[in-house]
Amino acid sequence: MPRRSSGLPVAATVLALSIGAGLAVGAAMKSAPRRPPDSAPGRTARRSHFGGYQVAGRTVTIDAPRSRIFQMWRDPNRLTDFMEGLAAVQVSGDSVTWVVQSPDGRFPVETRLVEERPDEALAWRSAEGADIQIEAKVQLRDAPAGRGTEVEAHVAWRPQGGIVGHWAAMLRGTDPAIRGKQDLKRLKMLLETGEIATSANRKGDD
Amino acid sequence: MRALTWHGKHDVRVDTVPDPQIVNPRDAIIEVTATAICGSDLHLYDAVIPGLQPGDILGHEFMGRVVETGPKSTLKKGDRVVVPFTISCGACFFCGQGQFSACDNSNPVEKQEASELLYGHAVSGLFGYSHMTGGYPGGQAEYVRVPFSDVGPIVIPDGIPDEQVLFLSDILPTGWMAAENCDIQPGDTVAVWGCGPVGLFAIQSALLMGAHQVIAIDHYPGRLDLARGLGAKVIDYTQTHVLEALMEMTGGIGPDAVIDAVGMESHGFAPDRIMDAVKQKIGVGADNIHALRMALMAVRKGGRVSIPGVYGGMADKFPMGALMEKGLQVRTGQTHVQKYTRELLHRILEGEIDTTFLISHRLSLEDAPTGYRNFHGKQNEWTKVVMTPGAASGPAQGGDHG
Ligand SMILES: NC(=O)c1ccc[n+]([C@@H]2O[C@H](COP(=O)([O-])OP(=O)(O)OC[C@H]3O[C@@H](n4cnc5c(N)ncnc54)[C@H](O)[C@@H]3O)[C@@H](O)[C@H]2O)c1
Ligand SMILES: [Zn+2]
Ligand SMILES: [Zn+2]
Repeated sequence: MPRRSSGLPVAATVLALSIGAGLAVGAAMKSAPRRPPDSAPGRTARRSHFGGYQVAGRTVTIDAPRSRIFQMWRDPNRLTDFMEGLAAVQVSGDSVTWVVQSPDGRFPVETRLVEERPDEALAWRSAEGADIQIEAKVQLRDAPAGRGTEVEAHVAWRPQGGIVGHWAAMLRGTDPAIRGKQDLKRLKMLLETGEIATSANRKGDD
Repeated sequence: MRALTWHGKHDVRVDTVPDPQIVNPRDAIIEVTATAICGSDLHLYDAVIPGLQPGDILGHEFMGRVVETGPKSTLKKGDRVVVPFTISCGACFFCGQGQFSACDNSNPVEKQEASELLYGHAVSGLFGYSHMTGGYPGGQAEYVRVPFSDVGPIVIPDGIPDEQVLFLSDILPTGWMAAENCDIQPGDTVAVWGCGPVGLFAIQSALLMGAHQVIAIDHYPGRLDLARGLGAKVIDYTQTHVLEALMEMTGGIGPDAVIDAVGMESHGFAPDRIMDAVKQKIGVGADNIHALRMALMAVRKGGRVSIPGVYGGMADKFPMGALMEKGLQVRTGQTHVQKYTRELLHRILEGEIDTTFLISHRLSLEDAPTGYRNFHGKQNEWTKVVMTPGAASGPAQGGDHG
């Protein structure tokens, strides 16, 4: 059985985001637990702040091999197929720019690919000096008994400064946890059924 | 096209709305030749199921001809098909287990939030129902966009009248699954609350599955007659103490299995029902579970409880003690229609199952509001309404039993 990060305590899971100073400090500031850690992923902790960061994540099981799912996340042309409000993704070397479509227009979020383990994990962190401080990670594990792949995505971000407005606009009032979960479900639909379900009765309807 | 649209409690209208189009690759467009009103539609008509929006097209029991296909549809133009009311992808974990009404991929992601919140998990897509189940435009219309048309619709050979196969879309498999969930053993008594279409098909199925006797409970003489015609014993709950009668009719043991084919809008003047009805009306999320309470009290120790009747919210005064102390088993759910259509079509073609005996009225789709009003208000005579799009408006054509 592959080691599951869900077996790690809160602090370790947050650190497993392999994040820079912000989160590490956040984890260290966390008061010593009065009880032994449980088996749940750190982000399901009752508290919602990890230092200055907010963390959200979700796991979805997709009936597809890890390699196929990894390809989807690695291919800038496919990301826009299932990530809502994403206009384009530009890749050059390690640098990955996410062009986000907001009601105020498009704006780029510059990140670096900080981890790549083929068919296992990918992580991106906002570029140094970027307006938005964000870190996202996708991990793939074999689901039990041939049920496919458990796809876990989580995001840690530091809401700050003038950027909050932008960020909020980008999310159009939606909680990033919900947004991320919905993206994962779209990915699941695309891989399992070849399309994304809609109740629209005509092309272009909502 | 013309379609029956919902505008609020007891307000449905036939409107002209845009025709549907192929949107996704696996879609097909069906031209509807027959469509029915279901007891589930009455929950929408009474506005006790949340998540409808004015203008929504209702209807989830329909069949017709394929007029357009998406590139990944396996249907051909001209195919005659019955469409299951449950929308299922055929590829997810649940569809793989035959649990089609639990499909993970048919409810649009944004619409999944409500049921995740209310039920802990997102439910699948259904035609012509709540936006919680996707808000898919329904089949009381001239045309329907059918997603996943390569796995849902069942192709019907020509020469078989619509009315013989239409109910494969919902109530026939629903009655069948309700009986199957009773796990019927030799010598078993099955008691069925509700002699609407679902109850009637459950009675027919339970007898086919070898029940020793089926006891049907309702208060409409017309509907009880239909049950009697199928071979059931009947109890009119306005005349008889149901629990006592059931004990006496089962040698003091109680029914081995019970079926609640009433759902969240139980009738009658029992005090618990009136309390429930008041709470339902003021919208505190309490369903009316009177029939279910009776069923739980009636069923024998270690017996089986099958609940095809629809519930949407919370229940008060649920007899939890009876459930636990008697060691009951409960099975329920929206029907896994796709799991049963092939077998049931075969049984229809073999003449083992008649589906037409309960049709009481035939209308033009143009007269759908009349159909709703009477199927809701005159249940003794109006047992099942079948409508034809395109037909001229006119008085209802009676059924076989007058
Ligand atoms: N599980 C599913 O997939 C599924 C599919 C179709 C319908 N349904 C549900 O099944 C239920 C029945 O559907 P239907 O089309 O037969 O509806 P219906 O309204 O025609 O029939 C309900 C019957 O129950 C009777 N009844 C009401 N209160 C009663 C009581 N206290 N005791 C005994 N009988 C009582 C009514 O007189 C009526 O004859 C509804 O809740 C409907 O939503 C579920
Ligand atoms: Zn129905
Ligand atoms: Zn499915």
